[in-house]
Amino acid sequence: MVLAATALALTACGGGDKVSTLRIYNWSDYIDPALLEEFTQETGIKVVYDTFDSNEVLETKVLTGGTGYDIIVPSNHNVSRYIAASALSPLDFDKLPGRKNLWPDLMTRMEPFDPGGKFTIPYMWGTVGIGFNKAEIAKRLPGVAIDSWDVVLKPENLARLKDCGVYFLDAPEDMFAVTLNYMGKDPNSKVVADYVAATALLQSLRPYVTKFHSSEYVNALANGDACIAIGYSGDILQARDRAVEAKNGVEIDYVIPREGSQVWFDVFAIPADAPNKAAAYSFLEFMMRPKVIARATNFTQYANANLAATPLVDESVRNNPNVYPTPEVFGRLFVTTTKDQDLVRDVNRLWTRVMTGR
Amino acid sequence: MNRPRGRAALLPGLWLAIFFALPFLLVLRLSLSDTALAIPPYAPQIDWSQGLAGLKAFFAGLDLEKYRQLGEDRLYLDAYLSSLRFAAAGTGLALLVGYPMAYGMARCRPGLRSLLLMLVILPFWTSFLIRVYAWIGILKPQGLLNAFLGLLGLEPLTLLYTPTAVQIGLVYSYLPFMVLPLYAALERQDQTLLEAAADLGASPLKSFWQVTFPLSLPGVIAGCLLCFIPMVGEFVIPDLLGGPGSLMIGRSIWMEFFANRDWPFASAVAVVLLVTLIAPILLYQRQQAKALEAAT
Repeated sequence: MVLAATALALTACGGGDKVSTLRIYNWSDYIDPALLEEFTQETGIKVVYDTFDSNEVLETKVLTGGTGYDIIVPSNHNVSRYIAASALSPLDFDKLPGRKNLWPDLMTRMEPFDPGGKFTIPYMWGTVGIGFNKAEIAKRLPGVAIDSWDVVLKPENLARLKDCGVYFLDAPEDMFAVTLNYMGKDPNSKVVADYVAATALLQSLRPYVTKFHSSEYVNALANGDACIAIGYSGDILQARDRAVEAKNGVEIDYVIPREGSQVWFDVFAIPADAPNKAAAYSFLEFMMRPKVIARATNFTQYANANLAATPLVDESVRNNPNVYPTPEVFGRLFVTTTKDQDLVRDVNRLWTRVMTGR
Repeated sequence: MNRPRGRAALLPGLWLAIFFALPFLLVLRLSLSDTALAIPPYAPQIDWSQGLAGLKAFFAGLDLEKYRQLGEDRLYLDAYLSSLRFAAAGTGLALLVGYPMAYGMARCRPGLRSLLLMLVILPFWTSFLIRVYAWIGILKPQGLLNAFLGLLGLEPLTLLYTPTAVQIGLVYSYLPFMVLPLYAALERQDQTLLEAAADLGASPLKSFWQVTFPLSLPGVIAGCLLCFIPMVGEFVIPDLLGGPGSLMIGRSIWMEFFANRDWPFASAVAVVLLVTLIAPILLYQRQQAKALEAAT
């Protein structure tokens, strides 16, 4: 009896060891949970899924080493730093036949960050733009077309929106790139004086900003606490959908301003010290299937980087120029390049000044 | 008599060495290093394979550059001062709210006392984070507080993401740390002293200021320090309830650590914070020692 019980316990333990686990560290609200379940059903690999809401948190954790994650999802402009720090594992293309589905135009835009795509597989891409509550903005800025950065980056306009909630991203690199572009300067300027000028403009806007935060604006827009936000395309479209679901009368829209804006890519990568690289490869292959990634896009409202998947994406998403921009709009989008450590420090220091008004 | 006492001190000493001195030395060492793009993101590392030469190279690579940077930039001084202001005001308000609470509790009949004590501790049963989040629901523009003001026909208030919200959050979160030592000090007071004061012709107010309050002073000091010290370094409350204007040192350390990836600098900021807090900590210890002596 005792023997049998011991034997049973032993086999149970043995079985437990054999279950392969994949640990993913991704942005919040950034995958359809049903896809993860399907992946587990198909491969028998258990998924542990954690989320973060800023590149800074991700990079700090990864550079500490020993995170235990098998898949991480950094953004394009940080990728070079990860590569320089030898934090990523080079990809074995033989294990990733699905790479042929990737969108060549987008891969060209990733070249400066990860030459040859040796370390990363693009997951989703999107833009930085303006999310707004249609009724509240129409009330406060009657007759103003919401198609320009003027709406949020001109102090006299923003002053009129102060009472209904203004959210800016707490992401120095994205916010400075957008502001510099609006001021007619190079969004990737290496000149500190340009950032100082942008700081002056942002500081004049600060009194009207309710909060600087990189994820809270999704809920704030959806439940009516914010009427305008500078944010990421898919997040704002998710806010729109949440408001529709809640039937609270809030109508949210997203626009890529006509002056142009930043386009960014979030990419899958395998940390150099990932414990289960085999599972990571299975997951990458799974996510590169056109059918799977198309569903991921339907959920996140972000365009994916898989050309074969585009026809499979919901029509309402695929034909939305704010998600899949027209070639003309695409021409006005720019990527943010990687800054060296000294410039990062100056930029972040100026950003603190913007946020605190000191 | 001396020997057993020395041995008893061994355990707290060991505890202090492992959980305070050692981490502090690690942070201090980190603050003398330089930033690097690597895992981990600072240099130099001790190269043990080189033996003594590696150790020598390591110490040669350390300098005080981060502290110089810290001194050159007014922002950090402002952040320290602003944190001290928030903590001082928070401690003062917690004392104003907590003293009557503790006084009332200590004057209740014993059965009710333990129930009230329980009620003070009860909020600890839910997560600190959830309690701070709850304040967002109360303070937000369409939140509970403004709904209540609306019912009374009053103008709505803009509180969330202002320094006032941070102050409210600080006082709320640390109130039990103020009430408990105050209660302990007030509860064990000898009531006959008040009778004696009354017999000698003191009014209730006068006997409070001349008897009750001075006797509760150890509780006041303990409560104030227990609130003030953690409030200075608070990060979660200003991050969740504070707006752009609520600059606090906890946030500055976060910024250096995460946004700038400058671990040595973040460590330097933390070391300076600790040094500024050592004065109140020493004060607390001296007061504790005095109270212990008085008790024995």
